[in-house]
Amino acid sequence: MTAVRPVDVDLLREVEQWVFREARLADEGDYDGWEALWTDDGVYWIPANGDDTDPTSQMSILFDNRSRIALRVRQLKHDKRHSQNPKSRLRRILGNVEILDVDPSAVGGDVVVGANFIVYESRERGTTIWGGRSEYRLRRVDGAWRMARKKVMLVDNDRPLSTLAFII
Amino acid sequence: MSAATTVAWDELIEADRVHSSLYTDPAVWDAELERIWYRTWVYVGHESEVPEPNDYVLKSIGPQPVIMTRDRQGQIHLLLNRCSHRANLVCDAAKGNSSAFRCPYHGWTFANTGALLGYPFSSGYGGRELKSELGLARVPRMDSYQGFVFGSFAEDGPSLAEHLGDAAGEIDRLVRLSPEGRVELTAGWLQHKVRANWKMLLENETDGYHPQFVHASIFAVADSGIGELYGEKSTAVCRDLGGGHTENDLRPEFRRLGEPLRWFGTSPERLPDYVARMRAAYGEAAEQILVEGSPHVMIFPNLFIAEIQIFVLQPVAVDETVQHVTAVQFGGAPDFNRRMLQQTIGSVGPAGFLLADDSEMYERNQRGVQVRRPEWLVLKRGLHRERADERGHLVGDATDEVPMRAIWAHYRSLMEDRR
Repeated sequence: MTAVRPVDVDLLREVEQWVFREARLADEGDYDGWEALWTDDGVYWIPANGDDTDPTSQMSILFDNRSRIALRVRQLKHDKRHSQNPKSRLRRILGNVEILDVDPSAVGGDVVVGANFIVYESRERGTTIWGGRSEYRLRRVDGAWRMARKKVMLVDNDRPLSTLAFII
Repeated sequence: MSAATTVAWDELIEADRVHSSLYTDPAVWDAELERIWYRTWVYVGHESEVPEPNDYVLKSIGPQPVIMTRDRQGQIHLLLNRCSHRANLVCDAAKGNSSAFRCPYHGWTFANTGALLGYPFSSGYGGRELKSELGLARVPRMDSYQGFVFGSFAEDGPSLAEHLGDAAGEIDRLVRLSPEGRVELTAGWLQHKVRANWKMLLENETDGYHPQFVHASIFAVADSGIGELYGEKSTAVCRDLGGGHTENDLRPEFRRLGEPLRWFGTSPERLPDYVARMRAAYGEAAEQILVEGSPHVMIFPNLFIAEIQIFVLQPVAVDETVQHVTAVQFGGAPDFNRRMLQQTIGSVGPAGFLLADDSEMYERNQRGVQVRRPEWLVLKRGLHRERADERGHLVGDATDEVPMRAIWAHYRSLMEDRR
């Protein structure tokens, strides 16, 4: 993480709008729209038992490379993905959006964005509230922002969790 | 009168059907705590989770928190997480390394053997020495098999070897897949909470009837052949191993296919280091080990070995269960371990391709058993074709309900035990 620098307000507004859109596509179960946000080498990660456990040696709640993201989306679109058929009704609030890093050395100039979230999930089981912080690594590909990495740090990722089959 | 004697078990558990109240009645839950969770051998943890002297992990026996420690000499202990003074919890961390636990309430300090080491302002006890009488409570019996540590709250009763019976051979099958003959549960645990009675999970683990339906989505999109192992034409069998232990024995299918590592969906070319080490360790026997693969066995009441995953069922209330799950890791198999971990992360836990859907079923079942009619759950499948195998164990076809009938017969014998 780099030291404090003056906020690039235009860039902040741009990436804020982008993460809000990603949140809306996830809330509304627009799986194709959501999958199109990824770069070809995207990694989607939900660590367990802390925010920085090594996903190559320790269990994670989810650790998808790009082909597994595609598999997850195909499963979500299948009518026998029982844990999301019917889909959870979802709405999430993002806040505390910050630009954490601008990495000009990366191809396209990656921007790392952090945001806190609250997700309100309703399904037959009842209502579940999920809270945590996400970090997004965004990259410009052909003039548009794409997500190269999304890491979702649930505040209760070291405790028993209910089924979490929707896109968080 | 104890809870167990107030329930008419013979009226709730028949040979081919069980009553819904077994999943919902608080009196049944109380009786299970008394007759199963606080009496029989229950799996607690694995020795590899406390590899070094003074390591500890927080575990459980049903709703009871248990600290599994390894003392300075290397001996393992199962201690109850309750200060002997005013009942405060003495251990907060899920794991760590410490020779002692200090209660935060009044500073009583206990060794990781359970012994009371000291208490502040000791003159307040009139010169009476409390150390010998007020150590941490221990789980009365502890024993282990292949590093799997079990505890029992009963002061006496069947030995662990007697409890495991022929299920021990399934643990052996698992361990034999390590070139060093060693399982390590070092990848950490996911905890997946479901609003369902624990027996919904217990019965599902060796139900060969559900995979093609519950897991239809992932089998379809991943182009998986797993579903066929649990189909009408499968030569796999389900088995009552005795003692409430049950399995889906997929070996007939893998022997028929005859390809090493087919059971893991891969081939020796993809795991050359592992295969070389297995051949070096086991010689000609390696071929058969690699063809037949890992067990799929539910060790009553809470240890489920699912090929490359270990699940531990923890009942916390009549309608709530936590599934703890980790990836199997084998001593001397780093390349295989990486793949098992990533496959496990994909499959299990709250977001798993498989377990999210199983869990959805558990919760739907739990709501279903509260519907008033019909009152019974049916266990008839394969009754007409069950048969004894060469060891005398009852077996059925791949999708039959021999395991469920075995679980319930054993369960009833425990609940009716007048001991």
